[in-house]
Amino acid sequence: MDFVLSKEQEMARKLFRDFAENEVKDLAQEIDETERFPKETVEKLARYGFFGIPLPKEYGGQGCDALTYAMCVEELSKVCATTGIIVATHISLCANPIKTYGTSEQKEKYLTPLAKGEKLGAFGLTEPNAGTDAAGQQTTAVLKGENYILNGSKIFITNGGVADVYIIMAMTDKSQGTRGISAFIVEKEFPGFSIGTKEKKMGIRGSSTTELVFEDCIVPKENLLGKIGRGFNIAMETLDGGRIGVAAQALGIAQGALDETIQYTKDRKQFGRSISAFQNTQFQLADMYARVEAARLLIYKAACVKDTGVRHSLESATAKLFASETAMAVTTKCVQLFGGYGYTREYPVERMMRDAKITEIYEGTSEVQRMVIAGSILK
Amino acid sequence: MNIIVCIKQVPDTTEVRLNPETGTLIRDGVPSIMNPDDKAGLEAALRIKDKNAATVTVISMGPPQAEAILRESLAMGADEAFLITDKVFGGSDTLATSSILAAAIKTMSYDLIITGRQAIDGDTAQVGPQIAEHLGLVNVSYAEGIEVEGNYVVVKRQYEDRYHMIKAKMPCLITALSELNEPRYMTPGGIFDAYRQREVKILARPDLDVIDTNIGLKGSPTRVAKSFTKELKGKGTVVQLDVEESVDFLIESLQKKFVI
Repeated sequence: MDFVLSKEQEMARKLFRDFAENEVKDLAQEIDETERFPKETVEKLARYGFFGIPLPKEYGGQGCDALTYAMCVEELSKVCATTGIIVATHISLCANPIKTYGTSEQKEKYLTPLAKGEKLGAFGLTEPNAGTDAAGQQTTAVLKGENYILNGSKIFITNGGVADVYIIMAMTDKSQGTRGISAFIVEKEFPGFSIGTKEKKMGIRGSSTTELVFEDCIVPKENLLGKIGRGFNIAMETLDGGRIGVAAQALGIAQGALDETIQYTKDRKQFGRSISAFQNTQFQLADMYARVEAARLLIYKAACVKDTGVRHSLESATAKLFASETAMAVTTKCVQLFGGYGYTREYPVERMMRDAKITEIYEGTSEVQRMVIAGSILK
Repeated sequence: MNIIVCIKQVPDTTEVRLNPETGTLIRDGVPSIMNPDDKAGLEAALRIKDKNAATVTVISMGPPQAEAILRESLAMGADEAFLITDKVFGGSDTLATSSILAAAIKTMSYDLIITGRQAIDGDTAQVGPQIAEHLGLVNVSYAEGIEVEGNYVVVKRQYEDRYHMIKAKMPCLITALSELNEPRYMTPGGIFDAYRQREVKILARPDLDVIDTNIGLKGSPTRVAKSFTKELKGKGTVVQLDVEESVDFLIESLQKKFVI
């Protein structure tokens, strides 16, 4: 067992850290307050290949591994969780399923511009009546001649409205239950596809979260992703990868908050000394460090398992459960250590606490992760 | 067109702290970086490559760990990288270093050589111009702008209060300022390729046509007479006076100290 990063992974981490510090950090507060999607950052991320990190070079990707991708999301999320999830959604939920299930024509047409960052990706599974019960899909796709006709709506879609390419799950045969769900590649411009309401959120407010509406939306037959009726499996396997991304985002939020708090407790003086000199502060910082480090190891392990090509549902669910609950617990404690200042927008920890909450909810709630874990260990 | 860029690995001086007891620099654990002026020089070369058909070769003299900045250069877009390293090069001052670098450059073909103005760990600003002297080349220093025009380079040379536009025929050597540009980031894939597929070639003493008395400690005429930590000056006096009063105050103060 080797816990040492390779030289290239080490250098990539430094790149991500420098990029996050220089290009992302200064915008974090503003995009949070104004709920603005950071288009200029997305252009820079694209220019330097960040949208194609674990994707194959033959399709314009960077040819790196899942661990390097996770470190990228972690470093970006340390300073801005919004930026972290834009990248994670694009890679894990849109580009990855096309890489895994797409035909060579689909890869040429969609994966290449996604890997190069020329197009942005999103993923639509959740519906008003199909959240944790994802099998309850009501969006339908009916084959009519050379096209599928999609009707229905998706909600809470990250990168909604700003993405160009969407992976959409829809029911092709209701009588088959989960085996009647299929996956489609839908372009923003397809007739009958529109963007609905944009959500106003507690955290990750720079990220665009919208409803997607399909009204007799025409999707060419060749845009069926994978086999007919395999959509549910595609969605679940895609989420296995996505959970590494969200876990890395949670880890970044926790580490970012901890770093801010270590500095603050050294600077903040009460009763004539730095509050870091008090044992209560020291023990809390130590506990937080231990949790963050444990989360990191779980995530890196899940990423390494993914790189071997083996199914990694258990590892991903474990990492996501632990990392997101760590992010929530750590950011809450950090706000407490900051005291009144922590509750204000003068410091970033209140934003980090708001951002942390979503990691326990999206891409499978903590309860779903427990279901996946229990299902696996009770087999 | 072939461009050679000379780069140096230096301690990140923004991260260097002083030992409060001894007053000396704490070098342990200080990260090493590509010298900022050199990085701007590399970026300038890469921008020329973006516009024109050019090959960018990066060279660095240093210990084996200096390989890291050469890999970084490859990840930014350089075509070739050479590490000039040998135990006998240890202890070289600027003259010996420039002799070795010039000897290495002589083994390559080039139209343009770009070095940084100076390194943040030594601040001598001597190595670039010395390389030009060894090679008998025109040297344009303090570049804050570089444009290629046919067989010429047009360099905006910085002064404190103005600049000169200098047109020099290639081959020539330019020393670059960090103000020259904003260096690009590496790409993640570029980093992986730099380590997994690219080669940093090694040049050692036997590969170079240099005289032993011109290299290493023996070839270094520089002698350090004394090394000391600068004493911190007092805080100074701040006064708020009008013009006439402040002139009087200054004269009086200087007289008190027998300066005038």
